[in-house]
Amino acid sequence: MALDLRGMRNVTLILAGVLLLAACQDSGSSSEINQVEVFSWWTSGSEAAALESVFESFRSQYPDVNVINASIAGGGGSAARPVLQTRLVGGNPPDTWQTHPGAEVMGQYVTPGFALSLHDLYIEEGWYQVFPSSLLSMVTEKGQPFLVILNLHRSNTLWYNLPLLADHNIEIGESLSYEELFDIAESLSAAGVTPFCMGDAGIWATGIMFENALAGVIGPERYLGLWDGTVSFTDADVRTAIETYGRLLNYLNTDHAALSWDQAVDKLIGGGCVFYSMGDWVYGELAQAGKRDNVDFGWVAAPGTEDTYLLVSDGFTLAQGGPNAEAARNMLRVMGQRKVQEDFNLLKGSICARTDCDQSRFGPYLQWAMESYSTDMLIPTVVHGSAAPADFQQALNDALTDFVVRRNVDAFANTLKREARASGFGK
Amino acid sequence: MRRVLASNLRGSAWQRITRHKALLVLLPSLALTGIFVYGFIGSSFFFSLTNWRTLAVDLSLREPLWQTYAEMLAMPRFQADLRNTVVFSVLFIALAISMGLVLAILLDRQFAGRSFFRSAFLFPYALSFIVTGVLWRWIFNPETGINLFFDLLGINKALAALGIGPLAPGWTTDPNVVLSVNQAIAAVWPRGASFQIEWGIPVALIPVAIAATWQLSGFVMAMYLGGLGGIAQSVRDAARIDGASEFRMYRSVIVPMLTPITISTAIILLHVSLKIFDLVFAMSGVGPGFATDMPSIFVFEMMFKAARYNLGAAASIVMLLASCIVVIPYLVHTFRSRE
Repeated sequence: MALDLRGMRNVTLILAGVLLLAACQDSGSSSEINQVEVFSWWTSGSEAAALESVFESFRSQYPDVNVINASIAGGGGSAARPVLQTRLVGGNPPDTWQTHPGAEVMGQYVTPGFALSLHDLYIEEGWYQVFPSSLLSMVTEKGQPFLVILNLHRSNTLWYNLPLLADHNIEIGESLSYEELFDIAESLSAAGVTPFCMGDAGIWATGIMFENALAGVIGPERYLGLWDGTVSFTDADVRTAIETYGRLLNYLNTDHAALSWDQAVDKLIGGGCVFYSMGDWVYGELAQAGKRDNVDFGWVAAPGTEDTYLLVSDGFTLAQGGPNAEAARNMLRVMGQRKVQEDFNLLKGSICARTDCDQSRFGPYLQWAMESYSTDMLIPTVVHGSAAPADFQQALNDALTDFVVRRNVDAFANTLKREARASGFGK
Repeated sequence: MRRVLASNLRGSAWQRITRHKALLVLLPSLALTGIFVYGFIGSSFFFSLTNWRTLAVDLSLREPLWQTYAEMLAMPRFQADLRNTVVFSVLFIALAISMGLVLAILLDRQFAGRSFFRSAFLFPYALSFIVTGVLWRWIFNPETGINLFFDLLGINKALAALGIGPLAPGWTTDPNVVLSVNQAIAAVWPRGASFQIEWGIPVALIPVAIAATWQLSGFVMAMYLGGLGGIAQSVRDAARIDGASEFRMYRSVIVPMLTPITISTAIILLHVSLKIFDLVFAMSGVGPGFATDMPSIFVFEMMFKAARYNLGAAASIVMLLASCIVVIPYLVHTFRSRE
């Protein structure tokens, strides 16, 4: 009996020792191993390569820090954001995460207190001088910036199949109005060619076409007014924009609902359709297919948006309560460097958020986009979360799904007006 | 006397201990079910009454209290979801049960290769709905799928010769709703004229119902084969002696005897169709004009894309009620017949 007891005591001692050891190791791992967790949804070929180039630069500058790439596949973050939400609410944030400027970062992450101010970093790195103020205003609240912007896409570009238009003796100048575009569409239709490309199996793609029509018809100032409540979705010019978008829908390829946005690019390349009103992620697809700027394809600003840059961009935050704050700040420091932004954007097919990048490293289209970025008025995208909160974004997607089939302008405008009010920005 | 008393005492004490033991053993699962099923149903219901519609938690109650439900029921999208659930359930259950019954009757006869066909028909049931969805998405792709057969088989040439356009259905991309009953509803209930959606059969739902049937008719067949095995040979012999043809025997004797199996199978299939998410999500998503949207997809998008937690919770409570409408009468029936 006594022996048993001693045996028991030994077992207890050993167990306690093991626990103590485990506890020591646990506390050791977080303080000694230097690491930084970067959360994103960049997993496709070009995206992953671009992100890796950032990590390469980081490793060369901070060789003793281990980078954890926590990316989750899914376009626009559709699969990643639910995971991020759960981690943030559960108090287990990644050190830094990808998000869009504007309503998304401010409403979802800054207001509930999940993200920290980056003012010190901006001062240290001189970023207030290299990022344009119109861009900074989308990530700033009370003089505090909350995001380091890595790349920019221009959403309001009208792409076209150049040889196909040449076959029909149509030439596109420096700009194009909707009236000219509809004339061309009519003559192409008469010749048996599908004028417009669309792949809206994911409804956001047709949303881009709507957004481009909206900004083009009502102009950038009134477009901005929609998001601060000074312009209503039932105003006459907004209704005209909706009607213009509805007219465009008449000229689409019939299988648009079965195609994804990039399959529609394939269709454009193959001559199955001519024009595509879509952001310049299309350029990445065209370049990947070996198509040459101004030879195999051409582009022009979406009608009416010649002096406007409709901005779709990505940036990274600094987590409140993240486990590796110092390493995370250094990661953001690297992301804002000129060379890193150049390397990243060359791989991603987008342009630098900094205005001092070396233009000669980029192709003709991207140079054109950089020119537009430095001179034109920047306005936020609603389709990718910058202009309005997530609930309105979803409401717009649902209203578009309905409109594409029913074409009811009244119902569409009224729904958007009601949802803007429910979401808290409309009047 | 004292001994009897003692044994009585011992008996009741023993019983008490046994009862306590039973309770003790059941307690963990009762607690877990209580928290993780009923507790969370309760919290979902509570969330559906709050103002929580962003990432920041807002548990203040909404004024008026049922506003989220009223808003949801007025949404054309949710109305389409309810219509789609009903239409899909009816189409899918009718197709799956008739297909399964035919397969079971065919396999009920003795012939070589019977067990091979039994396995072959049951095989789709083993696949994941996501796999089925992707597979059938390609089959029903209007450009590259089944429509190519119409060209290959020369059907379109024949039609062109007759001066008719080619046969090229849009399948899951077809936004039309056929057999709409809006007019009929408006005739008896004038307010029905203001419906924002067409109450009919969305054409795009038919391919989805076919895919679901393909997956589950093997399961229905297995259920019926079990039932057919339980019908004594003497019943068939008696029918034949009475002069019934094979068809008549099945129609008037065998199939009526299988009624209990038909009912349980229909209930199981209804469960599948009320909850369906993965198959539709992979195959057609919300569809053109919400032609293939389902309440489950609505819940997912409102919760995790729009962060409208109150609306997502409200929709999931409606889904729960829909299941209850089906399951509770069935459970009552089962308990009654057991007693």
